Amino acid sequence: MAAHLKKRVYEEFSRVVQIPQEEAPAKKLRLSKPSKSAALHIDLCKATNSTDALQYLLHFARKPVEVESVEGVVRILLEHYYKETDNSVRLKIASLLGLLSKTQGFSPDCIVDDAINTLNNEKSHQVLAQLLDTLLVIGTQLPESPTVRQRLIEMACKHLSDTYFGVRNKCLKLLGCLGMADTPLTKDNDGPGASLGGVRDIQSIISDFFGDQDPRVRTAAIKAMVGHRRHLVFLCVCVCVQACRLLSDDYEQVRSAAVQMVWVLSQLYPESIVPIPSSNEEIRLVDDAFGKISHMVSDGSWMVRVQAAKTLGSMLQVSHHFLEQTLDKKLMSDLRRKRTAHERAKELFTSGEFSSGRKWADDAPKEKLDTNTVNLIASGACGAFVHGLEDEMFEVRIAAVEALSQLARSSASFAEKCLDFLVDMFNDEIEEVRLQSIHVLREISTHITLREDQLDTVLAVLEDSSRDIREALHELICYTNVSTKECIQLALLELLKNLNKYPTDRNSVWKCLKFLGSRHPTLVLPLVPELLSTHPYFDTPEPDMDDPAYIAVLVLVFNAAKSCPTMPALFSDHTFRHYAYLRDSLSHLVPPLRLPGNGLDLVDSRCGSGSVESAQLFLQQSLNRVSTIQNLEAPGAQDLLNFTIRDLQRLGELQTELAGAADFCATYLRCQLLLMKALQEKLWNMAVPLCLKQNVTATAAAQQILEETYKLEFLYSGLESRQVATIHHVRLQAKALQLILTARTRQGLDPLISSCEKFLQDIESFQRLFVAELPHLQDSFVDKLLELMPRLSSCKPVEMVKILLATLRLSGLLQLRLPEQIHRATATIIEPTGESDNPLRFTTGLVVALDIDATLEHVQDPQNTVKVQVLYPDGQSHVIHPKPSDFRKPGPDRHRLITQVYLSHTAWTEPSQIEVRLLLAYSSSSTSLSSSSASKLGWSDSIDSLPPPEAAVEGTIPFSKPVKVYIMPKPARR
Amino acid sequence: MPEIKVTPLGAGQDVGRSCILVSIGGKNIMLDCGMHMGYNDDRRFPDFSYITQNGRLTEFLDCVIISHFHLDHCGALPFMSEMVGYDGPIYMTHPTKAICPILLEDFRKITVDKKGETNFFTSQMIKDCMKKVVPLNLHQTVQVDDELEIKAYYAGHVLGAAMVQIKVGSESVVYTGDYNMTPDRHLGAAWIDKCRPDILISESTYATTIRDSKRCRERDFLKKVHESIERGGKVLIPVFALGRAQELCILLETFWERMNLKAPIYFSTGLTEKANHYYKLFITWTNQKIRKTFVQRNMFEFKHIKAFDRSYADNPGPMVVFATPGMLHAGQSLQIFKKWAGNEKNMVIMPGYCVQGTIGHKILNGQRKLEMEGRSTLDVKLQVEYMSFSAHADAKGIMQLIRMAEPRNMLLVHGEAVKMEFLKGKIEQEFSIDCHMPANGETATVTTNPSVPVDISLNLLKREMALGGPLPDPKKPRTMHGTLIMKENSLKLVSSEQALKELGLNEHQLRFTCRVQLQDPHSDPDTLNRIYTHLKSVLKGYTIQHLPDGTVMVESIVIKVSSSAEDTSTKVLLLSWSYQDDVFFCFFFVSFLSLIFSKQWLRDSIDS
Repeated sequence: MAAHLKKRVYEEFSRVVQIPQEEAPAKKLRLSKPSKSAALHIDLCKATNSTDALQYLLHFARKPVEVESVEGVVRILLEHYYKETDNSVRLKIASLLGLLSKTQGFSPDCIVDDAINTLNNEKSHQVLAQLLDTLLVIGTQLPESPTVRQRLIEMACKHLSDTYFGVRNKCLKLLGCLGMADTPLTKDNDGPGASLGGVRDIQSIISDFFGDQDPRVRTAAIKAMVGHRRHLVFLCVCVCVQACRLLSDDYEQVRSAAVQMVWVLSQLYPESIVPIPSSNEEIRLVDDAFGKISHMVSDGSWMVRVQAAKTLGSMLQVSHHFLEQTLDKKLMSDLRRKRTAHERAKELFTSGEFSSGRKWADDAPKEKLDTNTVNLIASGACGAFVHGLEDEMFEVRIAAVEALSQLARSSASFAEKCLDFLVDMFNDEIEEVRLQSIHVLREISTHITLREDQLDTVLAVLEDSSRDIREALHELICYTNVSTKECIQLALLELLKNLNKYPTDRNSVWKCLKFLGSRHPTLVLPLVPELLSTHPYFDTPEPDMDDPAYIAVLVLVFNAAKSCPTMPALFSDHTFRHYAYLRDSLSHLVPPLRLPGNGLDLVDSRCGSGSVESAQLFLQQSLNRVSTIQNLEAPGAQDLLNFTIRDLQRLGELQTELAGAADFCATYLRCQLLLMKALQEKLWNMAVPLCLKQNVTATAAAQQILEETYKLEFLYSGLESRQVATIHHVRLQAKALQLILTARTRQGLDPLISSCEKFLQDIESFQRLFVAELPHLQDSFVDKLLELMPRLSSCKPVEMVKILLATLRLSGLLQLRLPEQIHRATATIIEPTGESDNPLRFTTGLVVALDIDATLEHVQDPQNTVKVQVLYPDGQSHVIHPKPSDFRKPGPDRHRLITQVYLSHTAWTEPSQIEVRLLLAYSSSSTSLSSSSASKLGWSDSIDSLPPPEAAVEGTIPFSKPVKVYIMPKPARR
Repeated sequence: MPEIKVTPLGAGQDVGRSCILVSIGGKNIMLDCGMHMGYNDDRRFPDFSYITQNGRLTEFLDCVIISHFHLDHCGALPFMSEMVGYDGPIYMTHPTKAICPILLEDFRKITVDKKGETNFFTSQMIKDCMKKVVPLNLHQTVQVDDELEIKAYYAGHVLGAAMVQIKVGSESVVYTGDYNMTPDRHLGAAWIDKCRPDILISESTYATTIRDSKRCRERDFLKKVHESIERGGKVLIPVFALGRAQELCILLETFWERMNLKAPIYFSTGLTEKANHYYKLFITWTNQKIRKTFVQRNMFEFKHIKAFDRSYADNPGPMVVFATPGMLHAGQSLQIFKKWAGNEKNMVIMPGYCVQGTIGHKILNGQRKLEMEGRSTLDVKLQVEYMSFSAHADAKGIMQLIRMAEPRNMLLVHGEAVKMEFLKGKIEQEFSIDCHMPANGETATVTTNPSVPVDISLNLLKREMALGGPLPDPKKPRTMHGTLIMKENSLKLVSSEQALKELGLNEHQLRFTCRVQLQDPHSDPDTLNRIYTHLKSVLKGYTIQHLPDGTVMVESIVIKVSSSAEDTSTKVLLLSWSYQDDVFFCFFFVSFLSLIFSKQWLRDSIDS
């Protein structure tokens, strides 16, 4: 092997060295790809001093190295390594070795020997440390080789006694990373007793370093142990004890790592029993660990506090009373027990008295406490969150809030308990914390019912001037349960106040009331006469239908009435009329009601009864029906498709849950229909010059299909690789059609050849992308093409076009299989509304900022894909990329874009309208890479190592209704 | 044994006139120099005659450290430095140095101009006193002289409040001053590293209290103010000029900002404006939020809070007014109170404790009819609220600080004796450290066990490292051989050779010898050979040499065999060893004896 390598390296140099000597142009051609290793060698030879060499190396490190030449480069580097006297250069070489071993497709086992060899001869500590790091990289690249690992571990053990902390650090890291890989060996018990012993040894070796004098080494030891532990299942109580001792280390990094170790231990053996020191009792390990980590929430260093608080959130197995202790806080004043404000509030509420807080001695202490029972040092988990939530650093507070939410989600009673604390956090000084606690409360709100006083505090935040806070709170109210009708009244009142103060919140407030109403119909019922201000005897004046506050009340009432059939009896006449109006204008807020008489109910009841299942069934049936079409030219197929498309579109309108799926199918079918139409033209039989006119329609159809396929691929989320394959298939068909059309219209072979080649490439890449899906594509266009592939690639363009045409016309309709959830990305621009008649005036040459507020649904990664397009009347258009921070995420699959776009134009004589719309940008290459997310994993795996298949197709899809804005650039005044 | 002595002149089992004397490592330090609010006579100031009967204090004190600007911590400073006489350095943090003279001047004005006292310090004295001040930065180690160094830590409480670590050699004392372990709206929480002082002198104002979370109190406060404003009422908040006032201002300011409220907030002018100016300057001393946002906007640049003018009190509509003083006993706050007391829409919020006899105290206790001067009565119809905003650490906070600093001894000051007693018990129980609580004039003595630093030569250290086994083994202490040289106040540990060289002495070797007689018929060299082979088999891991001159060496032990002239079978073994190997020799000798008495040996002897 070595000899072979040498030869190869030699070859490489010799080639390069020869260039300047022989000036043969032929050779130069061959060297169009100069070998990296050779170039490096020359550079290094040229380097006269160490700084130069370092410069070369640095420069070299910036460029990637191809797999084939890695080995040669490594050899050269090693050669220089031996010659080099300067530490820094050797250090850089060592680090480069590590970097190179990471190169994909390169197996570093051949350089293990050399690396170890260098390690043995090295004197400088820094270089030693770097070499060990390199070894670690090599070790992780060769997970299957036990001998290499064994050797590396030996090396690490040997250097553990080094005096330089860095070397010890790296040794421990090496042990931690490579020791873990021993797991498979320890499983079979017979043979590898030695390796079992070895593993034990590693553990005890690492734990020896828990007491190292250098905190950095201690940290590394703990981290190594943690890494080790993840894969090993051994329990040593001693490790536990050591870990706990390290929790009180002087250095924050050690404590922080120790917290992590305790956590790992507790996750590994939650149920094992540990004794409590200084007593006979025993508790579960997870409880013990929980207590210890809770203690760290009041640590001196905020980094540790953050870590501890975060960790607490993930310890879900902890027992109940331990969990509740974290919120425990015994107050005392002059040695007397005092009730907390929370307890007082609760008491006031239960006693029926309204909150006073007016007396000075209101919080006067009660009973005298026995001095012995007061525990000042919180033992165990006591009050951990009380501390965390009051912490000085907002990072800690946020971590604590998050931990609370995680724990509360798993325990209803804890959720109930932490409610008061979360509500308190609404008053935090930092908006982020407030927002976070509102979100958390929303997440756990399924568990809880708000008391009136709590609701009061929650609602007080509605007046916050920050829009995010208010909207988060609306979201929260949507999910809250309240207990009394007073609460409803209170909430309504506050929401109306909010509406009055911030009219832009209109939609959000209405939505909020919708949920409030539908959640608490029985509580709304007694309020109805008051809310609608009806009177048993007198007719009251009809309220103004345009008043947003009145609409808000109606939304509440109608939603409550949906599940409360007695309610409509309380409505007055105009209420019914208003219902009809609102049902039409705000159908998303007002539910269908079964109203007596009025004739309104038949429409509503019918669409109300249509369940999702039946719609689903219908969808499936329609698709099945379409699948009966055998051939694109089959008679009657077009009609069938036409009808099905119409049905599907209507279905999408009726059943919002299936809108995405129905839309998707309809678009797909439309593609097929277009294709069919294009193929059915009689033109194919005509002579070329005669059919120019028809060609136009066919070309347009091909173009349209292409566009639609991009929409299909990028506008819908939840697609599986099967559907993507189908879409690509259609695209391929469209491309084939295009090719045929070009062949017919254009003269000259050259362009035809290149487009044929391109098409062949497309087929190849299709094949590569969807290997897994090919079995499902039997009898399809692609399937046939692939069969004919050998012929296609060898034949002439004209012949190929003929084959394509034939296959295209014969290929059947690919049946669309629906995945479970398909959502269409949608965007609605809320602001500007486009209703304003007042033009936005600004001076020419200056800019004016236009506020844009839009909601996006089912858009993946909006930060990168969503753009704003501004279209001026003169046809100019600008595309603006909003900042990532302009996107907020109010809920799952929902995004909110609040941004400003800057407009500017030359002077106009009169105001005119510009159009603003949102675009969804896509790029076919980026998706095939980024689509590793979730659903498309299946095929993205296979292409990982391959270069991107084709030149990326980039484009944008408009996915919101354009909004018109009146603007008026005035000429500048002189 | 060295001792650290702590004597409170004030604040020993008491609140007020904090003044604590510490003598540590031959240095005398005065911590704080405050006045007592409760007295108007000589008891007002600490009894400096304790230090010296007559003459100046300069020669008795190495330095004075002031923890923060509250008068009970710095009120007696000009009196001490100018009237009693002290010329040494006075240390305080920058904000304290800035704000302290304002308060002293105010205090002087009230006592001299209003109450008409004579024999009080003058404005000039305050200025002179402030000239002696050396400012401190946080976490900056300041060398007072060659041995004494001090370092300030953040203490919360008020702007510029600091805890001080005083260090002489390896002995150290930490004095907390007043501190707060929970952050508030404008200040952060106290923090100290694990400095393990010999004594931690801590305040214990709230030794027996565990407080509720700050948030609840804040929310209540805001809610009350908000409700009252919405009703169209006026809210009066009597405050002292510094400290809490700023916290409440920030609280209201941010609330107004958040809730988009429009009602005006006023702040009575004078002292406070000056103080607010300093708050704006010392942003680094405030809490995280203010520090992080001051680039966009300094939180102390109030948008909604404006200066108050007397005429505004009669303006219609809602408003919030902060007015001094805090107990409604005089001045602007009382005037406004009188104006507004008649309307039940209005509200007064007392943010702190009120001394008995003040109007504040009366209304807090529910009195609705007040007698004013001139026999008029005042009907109190407005709402009276009480909100406690105090910035001292509670019992839990004190314990937390102890846990952070890990002191060897505790000493409590600035609190009531009974309460201290409780906390003392708790501290002793939880941390098992001694806790002292001396009264004024009483001295608490703590003996320390300082470690003595010794220089060690690098060569010796490296040699010993090379000798020892693999690193690390912190559990086993390792002995090393060296020579301790004490020379001119410095200690040095060097190898013996170097010591000899430095002292110009010759090296002498001390060896022990002994003789052992035994019966062995072999010839001398044979016997030696047999001993050699045996030892080789028994003492593995030691260097055993058979030297050509007829000796065997085991490490430094030399064995020689000679037979007596008359009886060749009676061999005399000569053993010689150096004193360093004494211990090893014992071990060696035992194994050697076992050789002699072993049956093997005997049998061999008989056979031959």
